[in-house]
Amino acid sequence: MPVKVSMKVNGKAVSAELEARTLLVTYIRDELRLTGTHVGCDTAQCGACTVLMDGKAIKSCSIVAMQAEGADVLTIEGVAKSDGTLHPMQAAFKENHGLQCGFCTPGMVMNALDFAHSHPNPTEHEVRESLEGNLCRCTGYHNIVKSIIAGARAMAVK
Amino acid sequence: MYAFRYHRPSTMKEALALGTQNEEGKYLAGGQSLVQAMKLRLTSPSDLIDLNALGDLKTIKSEGGIVTVGAMVRHAEVAASSEVRKAIPALAALAGMIGDRQVRHMGTLGGSLANNDPAADYPAAVLGLGATIITNKRKIEADKFFKGLYETALEPGELLTAVAFPAPKRAAYMKFKNPASRFAIVGVFVADFGNAARVAVTGAGPSVFRQADMEKALSAQFAPESVADIKVKADGLNNDLHATPEYRAHLVTVMARRAVEAALG
Repeated sequence: MPVKVSMKVNGKAVSAELEARTLLVTYIRDELRLTGTHVGCDTAQCGACTVLMDGKAIKSCSIVAMQAEGADVLTIEGVAKSDGTLHPMQAAFKENHGLQCGFCTPGMVMNALDFAHSHPNPTEHEVRESLEGNLCRCTGYHNIVKSIIAGARAMAVK
Repeated sequence: MYAFRYHRPSTMKEALALGTQNEEGKYLAGGQSLVQAMKLRLTSPSDLIDLNALGDLKTIKSEGGIVTVGAMVRHAEVAASSEVRKAIPALAALAGMIGDRQVRHMGTLGGSLANNDPAADYPAAVLGLGATIITNKRKIEADKFFKGLYETALEPGELLTAVAFPAPKRAAYMKFKNPASRFAIVGVFVADFGNAARVAVTGAGPSVFRQADMEKALSAQFAPESVADIKVKADGLNNDLHATPEYRAHLVTVMARRAVEAALG
């Protein structure tokens, strides 16, 4: 039985008729064609599917789309300015070589955006703890940590 | 994931009616265990009754030495709650150790308890503090709630609405976690109520359990030395690729000692 779901994605109101079992990430990728949100492990370990729901980082492979009914969802596509200017967190990843293959990057950036709001000047330890739910199989964590520290500071200045 | 009917009741009455009518249905809290289990086809409920619109289940109250946390309160909210941090800091700390930050933004107290994963953290706090589980029809003591592997005293259609935690004199939770899943290989919650101590162990067995020898020793003297030499039997403890029963038994003592140290610290 299809269900109707409505939410805001990257500031735009969207709605669809879906099968109730549709995961939020499936809706975002297959229906909205926003393929920046990645599916890595599909078992809630890797965090590549992280998006912000009402400002909080969540794993979009771990909830059905209906759980986001009425919510305000932000994906990696909604982070940069419309003219292409990178968000300070994205710029920090670029500046600090915070990505290698790039597969985990959207999830890393989305988690970092939420984290930085509560931690404007984080310690290395805090950042490493905040990444418990994000895996980088290039194992490039060191530069990711540097990027997030720099990005959080840049966001605090803005 | 198999197909199911989705419901989003806006009142408790409606939720309970749906829960009673649909025998093969399940209540959906944060979905951090249930949705994953459904994806793996380990479970296939006919109906999901999403409790997310029930605001009554999302409150935290602290009064007269009792902290009452609604079933739909997220782990991150318990971790950050000034009331919980003031009355039972060990409970807030435990909530902040569950899973990872994304999971803590969705996962709920009620969902964790109703699921009763053998390696979940919350059961240790509930049993270690001797909390009371409140449902739509009764109050259940922690000692009578956890029945076994993924099994609780909840009856079909019964809805866990809140948990009342008594504030101890001091308490702490120590967990030896699986570095990949962050679940407890062994987690020990110790609580000192002045005249009596409680010790609850998660991750080690099929379900959370109390450790009587340690409780006796800590009730006499709440100090790390009281538990440091207590040997735990490996019989019946979990055996998987992460740890043998013997290793888990050893960890119970180590984590208990560290938890007492932390509680005194």
